[in-house]
Amino acid sequence: MTNGTEAPAIGLTHGASQDTGLGNRGPQSKSIVVPYGFWLFVLSDMVLFSALFASYATLVHATDGGPVTSQLFDRTNVAIETLALLISSFICGLAMIAAKRKNMLWTQVFLFFTGLFGLVFLVIEITEFVGMVRIGAGPQRSAFLSSFFTLVGCHGAHVTAGLLWIGTMMAQVWAKGFQPHIIRRLLCFSIFWHALDIIWVAIFTIVYLIGTLP
Amino acid sequence: MSDDELEPINVAPGEPHDSLMSETLSYVVGLGLALLLTGVSFWVASTSAIWGPGVAMGLVVLAIAQMGVHLVFFLHITSGPDNTNNVLALAFGVLIVFLVMIGTIWIMYHLAANMGPSPEMTNLMLQRG
Repeated sequence: MTNGTEAPAIGLTHGASQDTGLGNRGPQSKSIVVPYGFWLFVLSDMVLFSALFASYATLVHATDGGPVTSQLFDRTNVAIETLALLISSFICGLAMIAAKRKNMLWTQVFLFFTGLFGLVFLVIEITEFVGMVRIGAGPQRSAFLSSFFTLVGCHGAHVTAGLLWIGTMMAQVWAKGFQPHIIRRLLCFSIFWHALDIIWVAIFTIVYLIGTLP
Repeated sequence: MSDDELEPINVAPGEPHDSLMSETLSYVVGLGLALLLTGVSFWVASTSAIWGPGVAMGLVVLAIAQMGVHLVFFLHITSGPDNTNNVLALAFGVLIVFLVMIGTIWIMYHLAANMGPSPEMTNLMLQRG
């Protein structure tokens, strides 16, 4: 965070005219550097997903005579999943607001509901996957289904990891209180969770909505 | 920041907020916009009021708009000085993502168009290697 006394800054410089922005104030604080490093990880994760999206787009018509997109996907399910994940992301933001003010009760309550809505999303997704496998539309059926399960399953795996992370953070906040390093971990978690919602926006548009166009 | 006489509402979504209300408001506005864009997406996908071939492109545009809403209101990406590194990293990430996706789709489309005698054959080739 900038010092409270600085003049309004333009571009890379930070206030005082002698400051080139290249460090006469020394390195940035950990509260800047740690989220930046995590942001880089999240962006590299998005590059990974872009490769999965690309292979899905390439293979989506390679159905080998098996089921095609419009026969498999149910828009109502997808709408509920989208809503659950969006609300989860929103409540995660509220949890960060509460954590910044060191309010234990509301931080825990909001984190719990963040996880709960994430769980709702995950249960619907797993139900969908099980239903597809049961009607013979598993990942081994066609190249289209292999790429579908890889792409959407990879997102689901991220959500699962996020749920474990929420549980861990609730326990850590409870046991260790609002120490700076715990706040930083919470911040990283919120970046991760919001980024997953961004990837889901791409999935529900490209896979489900465009896949079920008449 | 704390001594400023700023109206709390006048702070950009990603700037440090002091007031509980303005900070919450930023998330509420983000949620509202995201819900609106999601709703429009589902409507566009199911209506017949829009020229058919244009629907897919419209959906992609809506999705990109919603990603922007998430970046600004939830992830607090701004043009402020503390955010320069984050914005540059994001720009590089977006560049790579577009290179990978558009490059793959472009090349694979032409590969399939040039090699397969018919869509069915192309399908088999993709299936069985």
